[in-house]
Amino acid sequence: MMKIEFEVNGKPVSVDVDPRLSLADCLRSELGLTGTHLGCEHGVCGACTVIVNGAAVRSCLMLAVQASGDSVVTVEGLSNDEALTPLQASFRKHHALQCGFCTPGMVTTAHALLTHEPDCDEDRVRDVLSGNICRCTGYVPIVEAVLDARAAYGSKGE
Amino acid sequence: MSVRPANSFIGSPIERVEDLRFLRGRGTYVSDLNRPNQLHAVLLRSPEAHGRLRGIDCTRALALPGVHAVIKASDLGARVPHIPLRLQPLPQLEPFHQPMLAFDKVRYVGEPLAVVIADSAGIAEDALELIDVSIDPLPAITDKSSADAAAAVLFESHGSNRAMVWTATRGDADAAFASADLVLKESFRVQRHAAMFMEPRGFVAEWDVESERLTVWGAAKVAWTNRRILATAMEIPETSVEMIEVDVGGGFGSRGEFYPEDYLIPAASRIVGRPIKWTEDRREHLMCANHARDIECDVEMAVAKDGRILGLRGMAYADIGAYFRTNGSVGPRNVAQFMSGPYKIENIHLQTTQLTTNKTPSGTYRGPGRFETDFIRERMIDLAAKKLGIDGVAMRRLNLVADADMPYPLASITPYDSSTELDSGDYHHVFDLCLEKFGWNEKSALQGKLIDGRYHGLSVGSFIEGGAAGPKEDARLVLETDGSLTVYLGSSAVGQGLQTIMTQIAADAMEFPFERIRVLHGSTSHVTEGFGSYHSRSTVMGGSAILLAADKLKAMIRESAASKLGCAASEVQIDGETVVTKGASHPLAGLADKPLEAEATFFNKKYTYAYGTQAAHVSVDPGTGHVQVHDYLSVEDVGRMINPLTLHGQAIGGIVQGLGGTFLEHLIYDEHGQLLTGSLADYLMPTASDFPVIRSITLELKPSPNNPLGAKGAGEGGIIPVGGIIANAVANALSHLDVQPMELPLSPPRVWRLIRDAQEAKRSM
Repeated sequence: MMKIEFEVNGKPVSVDVDPRLSLADCLRSELGLTGTHLGCEHGVCGACTVIVNGAAVRSCLMLAVQASGDSVVTVEGLSNDEALTPLQASFRKHHALQCGFCTPGMVTTAHALLTHEPDCDEDRVRDVLSGNICRCTGYVPIVEAVLDARAAYGSKGE
Repeated sequence: MSVRPANSFIGSPIERVEDLRFLRGRGTYVSDLNRPNQLHAVLLRSPEAHGRLRGIDCTRALALPGVHAVIKASDLGARVPHIPLRLQPLPQLEPFHQPMLAFDKVRYVGEPLAVVIADSAGIAEDALELIDVSIDPLPAITDKSSADAAAAVLFESHGSNRAMVWTATRGDADAAFASADLVLKESFRVQRHAAMFMEPRGFVAEWDVESERLTVWGAAKVAWTNRRILATAMEIPETSVEMIEVDVGGGFGSRGEFYPEDYLIPAASRIVGRPIKWTEDRREHLMCANHARDIECDVEMAVAKDGRILGLRGMAYADIGAYFRTNGSVGPRNVAQFMSGPYKIENIHLQTTQLTTNKTPSGTYRGPGRFETDFIRERMIDLAAKKLGIDGVAMRRLNLVADADMPYPLASITPYDSSTELDSGDYHHVFDLCLEKFGWNEKSALQGKLIDGRYHGLSVGSFIEGGAAGPKEDARLVLETDGSLTVYLGSSAVGQGLQTIMTQIAADAMEFPFERIRVLHGSTSHVTEGFGSYHSRSTVMGGSAILLAADKLKAMIRESAASKLGCAASEVQIDGETVVTKGASHPLAGLADKPLEAEATFFNKKYTYAYGTQAAHVSVDPGTGHVQVHDYLSVEDVGRMINPLTLHGQAIGGIVQGLGGTFLEHLIYDEHGQLLTGSLADYLMPTASDFPVIRSITLELKPSPNNPLGAKGAGEGGIIPVGGIIANAVANALSHLDVQPMELPLSPPRVWRLIRDAQEAKRSM
């Protein structure tokens, strides 16, 4: 077992983990943050995407011990209160989720994108989201939701 | 005394209540659950496609610290339980039922052999590596030709790999063919692919030693049926089992059917006396959850000179894999029964032979049998039109079932005889509307044109979508003493927004505020009986049951109010917060001392048929075989929409799944029966950059006469005609080469080969 310390959703955490434990399993089973979902555990579906030091990362492909000293944000940490963030509200408005399983990965990926590139266009949104598989929606409403949320991230508009 | 304006939630694009928890990571999927003192299960699965099981040596695995047990077939009692069929349970199919654990033979790669129970899933996976399995291999049967060559048979007692034949008949096919001006005969193939929902399957099961009661978390789709199967296999009363439905990450026909793990995890909990948790990984999902489609078909169409379709005749071969699963006959049966689709074809003799092979067993996937059969039929119409030198659009218009022909009977199927009829619709109107909204006339100049190195093609075709399977559904409505309403329902949620939709229906029926209603569904303790969510039935069946229960509950409330307010029950109005009569009112809260309850059952024998037309514009790169979809439009009449937002989402999502099945998704086996597509890097699914332009229009033109809502089962329609429409568009793009796709998927290598072969054929002419 190894002791690691890192920050999750703005709070410092300290956990003893098996060196082989993935960050996703650590978040889910050690820290109880079950909003991070595991759809494939081989880095293709993107459901487990979390934000590590500002970048969207697949937590199934990262070991928990590699997160030592990092700042990790999960879907639970996107809003601090009961209200949806503008991005989450936009997902709801556009019906950008059905079963909800891929949703945490979609929202974290889109949040990381819009934080860095609030003026991204549809092609860019589709390109970045192509790393996350959604089986229900056909992506059309997800792309609409992300484009519609750009203003909340300081987009100057097209 | 004013009464609130009437509710109109039905038909409104209400934002979903489910979203609030899903968007914040607060959904509860089964792998999010943990029970005190739980252990973890991992399955040992067959590495061989076909063979005789000689032994499983667990000595080394059991010695690994943290391993509690390895459960083998011999631990399951004198006779290993088998999984019965849920649909079309023909007695002659009993030899093909899957055992919960293989005990004499293995018949596919991934077949469960044993269950390892350990402190963690990781330790259990380590233990798998320490188990020695001895299997004497037999020749693997992997397709129709090897099934018929029969170097080995899967079920020796049956003696053949051909398990059974479905026959669909209407009119006199042979006479129609004798009188036809044109008889077209072709062969088609649709590849094996699958529902591939995103949340892997899983269960948490807890056997209570003291009370001998079992609780299972992770139920989906058909909880009551599965409780019956599970209780029978475990030899305990049904009432000792509680199945609990939590949030479900997609179903599409595949999740929630009874798989071996549905029994193995609860049985393991009873054997070790502790709660057991199991979650499959994606590789297991790819080789264990139901596969689908996988058919070949030789079909003939009889056509008159003017383009009227006189008859259909033919034989399809459905490769169903190693066992008959719970609903394994639905797709193959539908291929025979629904080949005629929305067209008036009076003479039909179509059969489907179900073949057993050493591949994963199959079941339904959204639009079962219909996706396959629409590919074949729409291709045949275009091929016939080309032969006759007539326009495919005109030929479709000529053959669509007319409004005046409704209800229109389809072919009858045997065995497990059933007949059905198209219930209502204006197929011609929707067809013409689709052409108009697609801009067919403007775009038709592009047909076959080479622009910037790509050939452009257009196509259009129509479809029907069956829904609302009976026999019945239950709903129980309870007016709580605080004046709120609780709706208990036998339907299940599989990610389609059931909670929101049922709240809308209940709110309108009871004239209650949306926020005062709570919907509980899918768990076996809520209503006497439930039938679940399949065959696009939840909204129609569950929704209609709510209407019936609401009538009963309103009568009870009126009577209660009448005695309280001293008036006749008929004078009482209910407005969601209060009961009102001339000159007096009383809040619903506290109207009765105890909750008022009404339960009702909606019975239905008749299916609903939503219908529609889709059109596509594609372009083909002759150098790479890549097909780009420039525009895709679906127009569908669903009779009555409950929530346009969720319905639109179902339509778009269905179309993109259909495009996945048309271009990308393929479960490939080698000649040894090994699955070659065991990850999502090998099994390709649509992503956000693949199909950007998908449009859908939903109409409420012809309500179903068969239920009080007037709604038709919808949500599968989008996927149904996609293969046929795209293949026709590709053929039209490449008409100068006479390229005719007869097989899916239309992957770039396949399209490229079709182009190359056509070019070579042209050169040698």
